Order: sequence, then C-alpha cells, then structure tokens
Amino acid sequence: MAKKVLLIEDEPNIIEAISFILSRDGWQVDTHSNGHDAADVVRKKGPDVLILDVMLPGRSGYDILRDLRSGGGTETLPILMLTARGQGKDREMAEKYGANRFMTKPFANSEVLEAVRNLVGV
Amino acid sequence: MGALNALIAVCLSYVALLFLVAFFAERSAMRGRGGWLRSPIVYTLSLSIYCTAWTFYGAVGYAARSGLEYLTIYIGPSLVMVGWWWILRKLVRIGRSQRITSVADLISSRFGKSNLLAVCVTILAVISATPYIALQLQSVTLSFAVFAEAGGGGQSLYTGESTALWVAMGLSLFTVVFGTRNLDANERHHGVVMAIAVEAVVKLFALLAVGAFVVWGISGGVSETLSRIDASQLGQWQVNGGRWAGLIMLSAAAFLCLPRMFQVLVVENDDEGHLRTASWAFPLYVMLMSLFVVPIAVMGLDLLPEGSNPDLFVLTVPLSQGQQGLAMLSFLGGFSSATSMVIVAAIALSTMVSNHIVMPIFLRVTGGGASVSGDVRHVVLLSRRVSITGVVMLGYIYYRLTGGGEALASIGLVSFAGVAQVLPAMLGGIFWRGATRLGALAGLSVGFVIWLYALFLPSFGPGFILSEAALLNGPFGIDWLQPQALFGIAGLDPLVHALLWSMMLNSVAFFTVSVMTFPSPLERLQGAQFVNVFQHSGGPRSWSGGVAQSEDLMIMAQRILGAAEARALFQREATRQGVRGDLPEPSPDFLESLERELSGSVGGATAHAMVGQIVGGMSVSVEDLMAVADETAQMMEYSNRLEAQSREVTRTARQLREANSKLTRLSVQKDAFLSQISHELRTPMTSIRAFSEILRDSDGLSGDELNKYASIIHDEALRLTRLLDDLLDLSVLENGQVNLNLRHGQLGDLLDRSVAAAAASDDGRALRLTRDAATEALSLHTDLDRLSQVFINLIANARKYCDADQPTLDIRVTDHGDLLWVDFVDNGSGISTDAQDVIFEKFARIGEPRVGGAGLGLAISRQIMQRLGGEITYLRGESGAAFRVSLPRPAMAAQ
Amino acid sequence: MTNSADEPVGPRPTIFVEKQTYRMRRIMDAARLVPLLGVVFFAIPLLWPTDPEMRITTSRTILYLFGVWVVLILVTMRLSHVLRSLPPADRSTDRGGAL
Repeated sequence: MAKKVLLIEDEPNIIEAISFILSRDGWQVDTHSNGHDAADVVRKKGPDVLILDVMLPGRSGYDILRDLRSGGGTETLPILMLTARGQGKDREMAEKYGANRFMTKPFANSEVLEAVRNLVGV
Repeated sequence: MGALNALIAVCLSYVALLFLVAFFAERSAMRGRGGWLRSPIVYTLSLSIYCTAWTFYGAVGYAARSGLEYLTIYIGPSLVMVGWWWILRKLVRIGRSQRITSVADLISSRFGKSNLLAVCVTILAVISATPYIALQLQSVTLSFAVFAEAGGGGQSLYTGESTALWVAMGLSLFTVVFGTRNLDANERHHGVVMAIAVEAVVKLFALLAVGAFVVWGISGGVSETLSRIDASQLGQWQVNGGRWAGLIMLSAAAFLCLPRMFQVLVVENDDEGHLRTASWAFPLYVMLMSLFVVPIAVMGLDLLPEGSNPDLFVLTVPLSQGQQGLAMLSFLGGFSSATSMVIVAAIALSTMVSNHIVMPIFLRVTGGGASVSGDVRHVVLLSRRVSITGVVMLGYIYYRLTGGGEALASIGLVSFAGVAQVLPAMLGGIFWRGATRLGALAGLSVGFVIWLYALFLPSFGPGFILSEAALLNGPFGIDWLQPQALFGIAGLDPLVHALLWSMMLNSVAFFTVSVMTFPSPLERLQGAQFVNVFQHSGGPRSWSGGVAQSEDLMIMAQRILGAAEARALFQREATRQGVRGDLPEPSPDFLESLERELSGSVGGATAHAMVGQIVGGMSVSVEDLMAVADETAQMMEYSNRLEAQSREVTRTARQLREANSKLTRLSVQKDAFLSQISHELRTPMTSIRAFSEILRDSDGLSGDELNKYASIIHDEALRLTRLLDDLLDLSVLENGQVNLNLRHGQLGDLLDRSVAAAAASDDGRALRLTRDAATEALSLHTDLDRLSQVFINLIANARKYCDADQPTLDIRVTDHGDLLWVDFVDNGSGISTDAQDVIFEKFARIGEPRVGGAGLGLAISRQIMQRLGGEITYLRGESGAAFRVSLPRPAMAAQ
Repeated sequence: MTNSADEPVGPRPTIFVEKQTYRMRRIMDAARLVPLLGVVFFAIPLLWPTDPEMRITTSRTILYLFGVWVVLILVTMRLSHVLRSLPPADRSTDRGGAL
C-alpha cells in the first residue's frame, strides 16, 4: 500500500507542485491549507510523513509542531518543515521544536522527494 | 519738612493707586471682561519701560554734558520699531508659536533646547541688569534727597539706604503679587501691564509738563527757547561720529536683547496686530519723551548755580522756580520710570533664573525628574518668587556696595553693551539655519569676556580687580592686552572700542564655529521651525507616540499646569481627535503641543526633557536614528567624564539602557521587514522553480498539464515583477527622491480613469459604484498620476476585500475650502479595530492572503499622500471599510 | 493684451486679486525700506562740517532730527494702516526677511 504524505501549506501553486512530484513517485498525498485545525487533521489522518509550512494562516507552523510533539501519538511522526523566510533563526527554531528536516524555499524537486523518502526509510 | 511729608503721602497714594489699577485689571481679565486690556495702545505704552529713570532724569544730564548725543538712545529703538517688518514681526511670531518665555528661552529653544546656553544668557542678563536696577534705586533715593533738602536741613531720617531699601521691598512685593499670580509665564500679566501703562502715561505727562513750563513758562516761547539754546554752551552740533553711529546701533541692539524689553515686546504680546500700531506709536512716544530734553538742560545750566547735578534738572528747575506741584509731578514721573523698569526686569529675570537655573537643579536634586509624584507647581511658583526678590535685592546690595556714586551714572550704556552680546546669536538664530549651538556658545562667551574685560571692569575705575597699571599698560605689561586699547588700537572712545571688539569678535566666533560644527538633529529641527516660522504649519514630527502612555503624560501635565487646566487640555485634544473618554492618543501633534504648553511654565529645555522621559519612543526614520546615535554618543562621553560620581553614572547608565532598548526595537523592526520581504519573494520563486523542474524532468505530460503549468509559471513571474515594482516604488517614495509631475485636471475625470483602471484587472468581484458628479466638479493641481494610483488602490481593495453580497463602493467628495476630502466607503463588514492600526504598515495584509498583492498598496498610498502634502486615513464609525483621502488647498487649483 | 479691458469679465476674476497682491508685496517692500532710510537720514549730520567756524547750530540740528523722526513716524503709520487690511493668509505666505 502506498505511503501517506500530509502536506500543510497555504500557497495553491506550491501545493499543486509538491502533490504532483510526490504522486508521480507513488505517494498518496493529502493536503490541508489552514493553520487553525492543522494539528487535529494530522492526528485524524495519521500520515506516514508530514510536510509543514511555517507561515500559515491562523496558526504558525512552529506552534503546530510543538503541539504535535507534545503528545497525541505524533511525538515521533517524521516531519519536514518548509519556510520562505530563510533566516538562520528559523532553522534553529525548527530543530529546537523537534522537526526532522528543514528546507528553505525555493527547493529542488528532487530534494523534496529525497527528503520524504529518507524520512520514512524507503 | 512739610514738603517731604507731602511727598511721602503722594508717593504712598500713588503706589496704592498702582496696586488698585493692577488689581482691577487682573480681576476684569479673570472675569473675561478684559478686552480693553488688550488694546494696541496698552501694548505700546507697556513698551515705554524702555524709558527708565536713567532716561527720565539722565537724558537731561546727558544732554547737559554731551549735547544731542542723548538722542541716539531713542533713535536706535525707533529705527527697530519702524523696521518691525524685518525683525520684530518674526520674533513675535516665533515667540508666540513656540511659547517662548524669555530671551534665554528663545536662544536655548533655537539651539536644540540647550540648557547650557540658557544658563549663559541668564547669567549675562543678571550681571548686566543688576547695576541697572541699582541705578533705578539710586535715582529714587536722589530725588527723595532733593526734596529733603528743599524741605530744610537735618533730614537724617531719610537716608539713602533706608529709602532704597523701602523701595526695593515695595517693588519686590508688587512684583511677587502681580507677577506670579499665574504659573504660566506665557500668560499675560494684565495687572502688571496695566500698571505700567498708567506709569507710562504719568512719566510722559510729567516730562511734557516740565518741558512746556520751561519753554512757555520761563523762556517765553519756541523761538526764544531755540535762540537760548544756540546761545548756550550746547549751541553747536558737535558730536563724536563714532559714538553717534555706535550708540544708535547699540541702543537698537539692546532694545531687542534686553530681557525686560523682550518680556513686554514678545512674551506679553497678545496679538501680532498690536505690533503694527506700536511700530509708529512707540517712536512717537520716545520722540515726545526726548523733545524737551535740550530746553530743560539749557535752562538748568542757565538758572541753577554752577556745579548742580544736571541729572536732577528735571526736578530742580521747577523747584528753583517755586513750582512745588510741578516738581511733585516730575518726581512721580521719575518714580514711575524707575519702578516700572524694576518690576518688568524682575519678572523677566526671575523667569529666566527660575526656569533655567533653579528648576533644573531642583529636578535633578529631587532625583526622578518628571516621574516624582506630587504637585510641583508650588515649587515653580516659589522659585519664581524667590528669584524676583533675589533679583531686586541683588540690585539693592550692588547699590549699597558701590555706594551709589558716580560709577553708576555711566552704567546704563555699559549694561546695554552687555546684553547686546546676545544679538548675533538671536539674529543668526532666526534668520540663518546654519547657526549652531556651539557657534552661539562661542560667540556669546567671546563677546561676554571682551565686554567684561574691556568695559565692565574698567567702568568701576582703577583698583577694582584691574589695577591701575593693568588698565594703562595691559596686564603683566602686555601691551596689546590693554583693556581700553586692545590689539594696540588706542585713541578710540572706550565704549565704542569695547563695542567694536566685542561685537565683531562675537559675530566672527559665532559664524566661524557655526560653519565648522554640525548641529544635532533637534537643533536642525528647531532651526527650521524658527527660520521658516512664516511657512511652517504643522511643523516636522519630533515625537512618535507609539510607546507613550497618555496617563503618565496626564499625571505630569497635572503637576505642572494644575489639575483643572491639564484635564481641560487633554479633554480638548481628545475631542479634537474624536476619541471617546478623557485621554487622547499620544499623537506626535499632541505631544508637540503639550510640550509647548509645558514650556510656558518650565521653559523649553525642561519641558522637552520631561516629555522625552515619558514618551521615550521614536518613529523609525533616518533622522530619528541619527538622533538616537547622537544621544548615545553624547551620553558615552558624559559617562566617561563623570565616572567618579556614582550617582551620575547610574543615571547615565539608565539613559544608555533606554537608548539601547530603542536601538534594539529598531533592529527588531528591521529584521521583521527583511524576513517579510524574503517570504514574499521566495514564495512565487518556489512555484516557478518547482514547475519549471516539472516541465523539464517529467515525461508524458498532457497538453492541458503543460499549458496549466506554463501559465502558473507565467502568473508567478508576474506576481514577482509586481512585488519588485511596488518595493522600488515604495523605496523611492520613502527616500523622497520622487519628482512630482504637477498638472491641472478635473477630479471627476481622475476618478473616472481610476475606476476604469481598477475594473480592468481581473482580481476580485464586480463592484457597484455610487458617485455624485456635481461634487466632483473640482479642478486640481497636483501629481495626477500619483493621486490616481492611490484611488486605483482603494477601489481595487474594495473589489478584493468587500465581503457584502452585492459589493457597493460609495465615493463621496467634500470641499472644505482649505481641504478636500475624498472618502471611499464600502458596504462590507469593515476592518477590525485591531487591524485598523496596522493596515498602513508594509505587508500588513488582513484576512485571506490569497487575493493577490503583497500588502504594500496602502503603505505606498500613504507615502504618496505625504508627498502630495495630504494624508490618507481610515475612517472610524462607518459600517464598512472607509478610507479618507485629504488634499490640502495648494493641491487644488486656485480659482 | 491691448484689448483685454474690453473683454467681458470671464469666469476667473483673478486679475484683480493678482493686482492687489502685487500691490501688497510692494507695500511690504516699502515697510522694509523705511528703517534703512531712517539710518541714512539720521547719519547725515555726521557729514556736517566740523570746522568751528561753519558748525551748524543746535537749534537747526534739533529741527532736522525731529523732522526726520516725524516723517518716519508718519510713513510707518500710513504703511502699517495699509498692511492692516492684508488678509491673514497673504501675510503668512510672505517669506519674512527675504527681499
């Protein structure tokens, strides 16, 4: 059975691009674009990998990350953080709150694919 | 004896009358019925304090000794008054708009609210005024003695000292009672001004009466008097040219710089229009004052025995003719001249001493500056009262110490030359933006030292500080340092000599140092406000109220202005701002006007420091950054110097911390901005890169997919371009490099075009517009393209964000004469109160970020409106989102 | 421009205002000139002969100086009266100090 990726991101074009790349590689891609209820959605859907944007409407990606790491069965979920701010500070925050990988936009498609594959040990 | 008793009785009733006049004037002013108190005639008469006892009695003595030279003392001020359009008009406007309280305050405010300068001017003023006050006391004492002699010998009861002491005490009392009724030195002292006006009439009337008596009573007519003059020892025009020109200049300078003249000319001025009347009425007054001086002098020389004191001819000539009543009148004239001068001088000097020396020391000693609790009004009042008594008593002590001898007679001009040292800094300050604080300081000090050395000290005669040898051959035998022949130029009249060198070197030092130094931002700000006082309307921003606490300001203002007045002030401002409740927003305008209000009570420098302590914050502009850096550098220097004093160091450290936290705040804002830009640029780039890689690397894409992905790349590239355009536009606008392309046009046409342009874009939904063509029929003269950019932005925003079922945008135009309002109101749910504060900030996008645009539109609009001299604001109280574009008069075409 | 007086009054009666403003400007110039004239006239006695034989008598000097004074006062009075009718807006746009 195909592994599940959940993508939480608010830019429709970026959602489209990542979905395209991952589906072609055989992943089952779910998307969500709001920060408010993102953590609940993650827990409900139970993906194998989570791709999480930092600047989301409603709630910041770091907040969601912290929430996920604090309990509810998502403490060890592999998480790839994406950000467009690209400052050293952001990487530190991501590491501190327990993200497994951190990538700055814009990215190479192959990089994203590689990272998602590595995170689930394919 | 009888004459003397009568004199004392008359004198006391006269003083009682003055108290009454002052009291009733004050009362009717308080009841708001004081319209007549503010007439131009009263203003003109109050200027007559220029004619002191030195001129009332002394002019005749002067004429008896040196002929027509005495006229210079009156011609100088007359020229200044008839030339009011040049200097006085500007001085009065500055004084009123900046709420200046004294000469010292003027200089200090102009040069970056520097208290050091204020202290220098104050000291200079006190030093040169003290002998002058002593001179007034002496004149009253001498005139008393004349009556005592006339009344018979053995009048040991009325010795000079006791008379002088009584007069000094009486004057202090009067000045304290009527000069410090209200704290605000900037409010008019109606009682005092009215009493002075009465005294002005009395002294003019007295001198004219004596003159008329001499011309028609003794001589027998005008032609007889003229021929008698020609026959006397004053019969020929023989005036030292240097002194003639020099004294006209000196008296003109002193007229502008004397603290007491500044007090009546500028501080007590109620209406700039009064200056117009005074411009001819005051010259008329002094002309009349000097009209009969020569006839009286000639008659005195003729009638009275050789060796009589010519300074008292005004009294002794009528007495010698048995005219007791006339002599009494003349005595009252002299008494009036002396008292009015002392009263106003004491008020003016005490304001300076209290605001610039006593209050700063008090605030420092009590530690917390503006943050101490409790009412400081009584402290300010007390300090002013003590200063008044101190100033008058200083004059008395000086009089006692010098014994009231001949030395005093010449002190009038010496004193003039002292205060004239302020002139270069004053004129430079109001006409030349390049004048700096250090320049003013250098000029003042150089002028002051030369004046002290070449004129003031030698005026006491040899043996007082300067030995006779030093006076003749220079100190330590250094020839070119002779006090009365500096740099080897001997043979000049000592006064002209001192005047020449002091004023010349003063001006040179002022100019040179000003040119070489760089003013602090505050100085430049003040300089622009002073020099361009006729153009400035709102004045540049100096405070930003982001961090200010209205409540703290209120507490501070209550302590200075009094609870009722402070509350009224805040209430007024709150109403003006349209804020509910008592506390207005601490907007820059409000802070500036509050500071001005406070400076009326405690002086510009202190008020600035107090507001600064509470407000603390600054808006982010290059100028403000400079100010912070400048402050920090100054404090570092300060702390190094005073390391030994731990208290000072703690204080400085606190200020450094404040400066540091300011810088930190600025840096945080800068980071946030950069990170926003990064985000806005990287997001479209991400899509572009991802899809171009997809197009490159993926095989077997369908035609639809190819098409779709290519157009995504295209759209995102456009978005990127738009963002860069906006950023560049904003940066150009913020740096002020934009050139306005001013053209004429019709508001209606402009709106038509803007609506069409906004509709052309395919963002957002269809919008119904309601407009009123009649109100839009206005012609404009402004940068039409830029203005239309603002309109397009507002219309496009309504299309994008209006959430009503049937979006409607109402465009209303209101013409307010000097202001044109164009309001854009939609029928959506509006913008939340929290968001209203930030919508004009860069990248402040509210709600759904999906609807395009980088959030720079309103920030750009705000910058454009600033460039066009207007503003764009969010209108509260409308149901939907509502924006108001205001354009000032000049942007509209002249009809 | 020769026949402009014959043309009917158009919708823009600005010419009249311009003229008045122009006249006000010149009156301000005059107000600035008065003290300079004063300085010159009060300095003239310095040029009078100092030779004891030819000195001017004090009575004539008095008449001269007070005469100048009175003229200055009258001129200033007249000018300040005219400047009184200046609308406030015009007064504030004047650059003050600059000629």
